Amino acid sequence: MTGVIIAGAAETDRVGRLPGHSTLQLHIEGALNAVADAGLSLRDIDGIATVASPGPVQVAHALGITPDWIDGTGVGGTSFLLHVRHAVAAIRAGYARTVLITHGESGRSRVGATGFRLAASSPPGQFEAPYGTFGPTTTFTIPVLRYMKEYGLTHEQLAYVAVAQRRWAAKNPRAAFRDPVTVEDVLASRMVAYPFHLLECCLVTDGGGALVIASADRAAEFGKPAVHILGTGESSEAPMISQMADFTESQAFRLAGRAAFAEAGIGPSDVDHLMVYDAFAHVPIYGLEALGFVGKGEAGAFIADGNTEPGGSLPLNTNGGGLSYTHTGMYGMFAITEGVRQLRGEAAAQAGDPQISVIVGNGGMFATSGVLILGRQPR
Amino acid sequence: MTAKPVPVPTPETQPFWDGCAAGELRIQRCADCGRPYFYPRPVCPACGSRNVAWFTASGRATLYSYVINHRPAPGFQDEAPYAIAVVQLEEGPRMMTSIVGLPATPEALVLDMPLRVSFERRGDVSLPVFGPDQ
Repeated sequence: MTGVIIAGAAETDRVGRLPGHSTLQLHIEGALNAVADAGLSLRDIDGIATVASPGPVQVAHALGITPDWIDGTGVGGTSFLLHVRHAVAAIRAGYARTVLITHGESGRSRVGATGFRLAASSPPGQFEAPYGTFGPTTTFTIPVLRYMKEYGLTHEQLAYVAVAQRRWAAKNPRAAFRDPVTVEDVLASRMVAYPFHLLECCLVTDGGGALVIASADRAAEFGKPAVHILGTGESSEAPMISQMADFTESQAFRLAGRAAFAEAGIGPSDVDHLMVYDAFAHVPIYGLEALGFVGKGEAGAFIADGNTEPGGSLPLNTNGGGLSYTHTGMYGMFAITEGVRQLRGEAAAQAGDPQISVIVGNGGMFATSGVLILGRQPR
Repeated sequence: MTAKPVPVPTPETQPFWDGCAAGELRIQRCADCGRPYFYPRPVCPACGSRNVAWFTASGRATLYSYVINHRPAPGFQDEAPYAIAVVQLEEGPRMMTSIVGLPATPEALVLDMPLRVSFERRGDVSLPVFGPDQ
């Protein structure tokens, strides 16, 4: 255990298509909802963390916060999990007392959003972009054919990841896609980047969310039951997909997960609920294996056998995930907020009575990872 | 129509691009631990040594993994669907590339098939691409 808790967690009023909200507005709305969830006011916040742009200085200023502690770690969609880990350290060191972590992204409507220009002199500008890469659908996806050859994962098993998550999304009124789909539907959807069909790729939406982090000693001050941060980890691997060491496993997931489990003093069999950042259908497969929930090469069959869907032994991506719920671009915040809801027993698709939830974040194309182990009890 | 991206060399990558212009795939190897590596940088990622040297790779490789992209990047509209591949050089390092001389189909692109480098003119530079090794 870390002695630090998530005291407040919330998302924007709506997620999806929000052309009336700028990126900054989404940060503000998420922040106000999370601070209210914690039963606090903005005046109580003395630490700020988020990703540029707009970044922590802009967000703090917009909210009238003068921070004593600032974290602008920006390593893709997992950044918010790293912010939680860094906030734990800051609170334990006495550098901050009440930290606000915000996410807002006009990923679909692109209101007040920055562009994605890649410098032609950067490493990916020299060694990847000339070959026609065009965002994550053309890069994050490349490892899976190697995995399929090495471990026998079938196209049907890959498609089933989307089927299983849609079963959770069907129970979540906020999810973008709620209609049931079959493996045949997934395989009949438009080809985006072989072997990935449209329904095996995440949504692109607008939305935001925020967290309030504080010492566990203060748990009684807040409006909601504490969610204890039991363990955390972070790691990075290759900044370009072509340089990932082994296309069949995520080193960053494995190392971040190992650190988090070691700190929490538990193992995979102790986990009741799991969120794995799912920008594409293969990412939960890599996550299940990297953290040791199943053996190498077993995750496709594990999901296809129903273990991760409603009624299964290991509820996974219970909000519907990036494939069916929402994906603003940096999805990690939504994986954390769902883990908090499940532990509080207030999720739309509540997966029983979980005591321990694990959140596996991804940044870039398997480039970075943060892992959080959250619990209802401090242990 | 938008042109395809043209890489802009930096001081530490210039020898690689000079090699491509001369029709050679030049990569680096650590003179201390012996390990070859790519992408170009002035330090060995295996042992941290600055004692690194350029050499000309054989140009032989195998197909490690790929996607067939149906949503073309700017400049690639006429080629979609096209393969974006990662090849493993005979010397060990991997690099992203395009596959030439083969249809962009799963039937034609078989993992671990032997490939050989050739060079394609792109703006001011020559770009390494790979085709069947025959």
